Amino acid sequence: MPIEVNGKSLETDEEGYLVNLAEWEPEIATIMAKEDDLELTDEHWEIINFLREYYDEYQIAPAVRVLTKAVGKKLGKEKGNSKYLYALFPYGPGKQACRFAGLPKPTGCI
Amino acid sequence: MAKADFEVPELQEHVDVPALEEGTMAHLKPFVVKNPDHNTDLGFPGELVEDWHDKTLEKLDDLRHRYRSLQVYLDACVKCGSCTDKCHYYLGTKDPKNMPVGRQDLLRKVYRRYFTFAGKFFPKLVGAEDLTRETLDDWYSYYHQCSQCRRCSVFCPYGIDTAEISMAAREILDSIGYGQKYCNEIIAKVHKVGNNLGLPGPAILDTVQGLEEDVFDETGVEVKYPLDVKGADILLVTPSADFFAEPHVDGLIGYGKVFHEAGVSWTLSTTASEAGNFGMFIGSYENMRRVSMRIRKAALELGVKRIVFGECGHAWRVAYAFLNTLAGPFDFLDPNYPVPQHICEFTDDLIKKGKLNFDKSQNDDMTITFHDSCNVARATRMGDKPGGQFEIPRNVIKSVCNNYVDMDHNTIGERTFCCGGGGGLLTDDLMEIRVKGALPRMTALQNAIDEHGVTHVAAICAICKSQFTKVMPYYGLDMDQIVSVHQLVSNAIVLTGQKTEGAGEAAEAAG
Repeated sequence: MPIEVNGKSLETDEEGYLVNLAEWEPEIATIMAKEDDLELTDEHWEIINFLREYYDEYQIAPAVRVLTKAVGKKLGKEKGNSKYLYALFPYGPGKQACRFAGLPKPTGCI
Repeated sequence: MAKADFEVPELQEHVDVPALEEGTMAHLKPFVVKNPDHNTDLGFPGELVEDWHDKTLEKLDDLRHRYRSLQVYLDACVKCGSCTDKCHYYLGTKDPKNMPVGRQDLLRKVYRRYFTFAGKFFPKLVGAEDLTRETLDDWYSYYHQCSQCRRCSVFCPYGIDTAEISMAAREILDSIGYGQKYCNEIIAKVHKVGNNLGLPGPAILDTVQGLEEDVFDETGVEVKYPLDVKGADILLVTPSADFFAEPHVDGLIGYGKVFHEAGVSWTLSTTASEAGNFGMFIGSYENMRRVSMRIRKAALELGVKRIVFGECGHAWRVAYAFLNTLAGPFDFLDPNYPVPQHICEFTDDLIKKGKLNFDKSQNDDMTITFHDSCNVARATRMGDKPGGQFEIPRNVIKSVCNNYVDMDHNTIGERTFCCGGGGGLLTDDLMEIRVKGALPRMTALQNAIDEHGVTHVAAICAICKSQFTKVMPYYGLDMDQIVSVHQLVSNAIVLTGQKTEGAGEAAEAAG
């Protein structure tokens, strides 16, 4: 089902991930979050932005440990763990946050 | 945790054999490959071919001749009923097509109709049926509700292996362009990038460098996690989830500490950065071979003398049972060591030789039980004695933990219940069958929690670990109650020269 944003209709796959990464804009994350009954706060955006930066450099989402470590460094040790990330993104940082950030879904034994 | 849009079974003291309810899972189908590249990269047609009817029968005929076992399994069943209540998916869904015999019959009825005398002339008498589009959809649905765990085969008096029938059915479906997105997309990534996740070399390097920092911060010891080091003695091939997910990565940290203390030189490889081999799940010998050849190539290029496999269930089956015929001969490796070797064998050997020091009290906050992963339990061995695949991982755990108990004996060892997510089912679009299929395992675990105060379950399979983190919350358990075996090793191992601060008296004595 395509996602409607700013008058454009963007293609998504069966699981709601954006097909073309280059089409992403912040508004998309807000719309996707609303569909999941979430309101994005600054804390969410910290993660989404980190995911995009990391993807830009490595062409893959960061490993959970890489992500938690980066969060811990930036926001304090007590937030550098998956519990914090799951509290922000109940469907999981890899799956939900990546979708909001316009990244492809991580695949494999995860 | 995601909200369930299906009924989650309630845990009882025992899993009763449910009364049949036809068609309860007929609605469930994993996503079909949409991007034709995910089929063509694997050598399959990009989409469902027009002459699928003839092609299906041709492939079935080809497979029954290629694999005598398949022909025997299709012929031998006498409908004795032994297997009916042994499948976790049937126990969790009540759907008769999830009984092993029901699942087999989906293929068997077509085989009988077209390839047996009785089925050709008296189809109704022998349960033979025409191949229709509905048959094909039924295959797609129910052969993706089998985790190929082979528990049923333990109880079948003829040893019929439903996993092989599922693999054959999936191979037929792939051969006509009706493949599953999850498996085929992943295999395409392995062919292209080198691992299931699609982690490029620089991302792996960034991850392992981060681990070196963490271990140094924690212990004050420079444990290395080398990547692509030519001339190293050991190539470690581990599931890419070990780089990416939790608790997998804690296991990887543990392997590195063990190698460090053993004083051996070892390396990971960017091109062989995946132990898993989904070629087996889709029954494709050609793809299984291509995936395996990456390991041979990396071993030759790096000039290693040994290959060790990390904690991955089906990888160990492919490695232990098929690697030599798929990608051998491995005459360039050191014959004094098993080719290949499991990381648990490696660690257990050092423990038995007294070469590792442990402070077991580091795991005192946990009472551990061990989940035997299907492929390790029923398709492989470790060490040189029967049952080594059960004893060695337990011995490793007991050497590093003070508190260990087994789950009910009917649910461990060769009778182990699947985690519910194996065999190419570990995808969100199959969450319903994953949760329902986890019922028997969760029941045994909950009983161990209630009766013995178990707090955590340890596993040596990336799929099991991920599946547990996802399904445990549906059953009221915490996602972090699943741990890697080498995570426990990592907690307890006392590295030479390690900071002893806060590590307890035992550590000081040992270190």
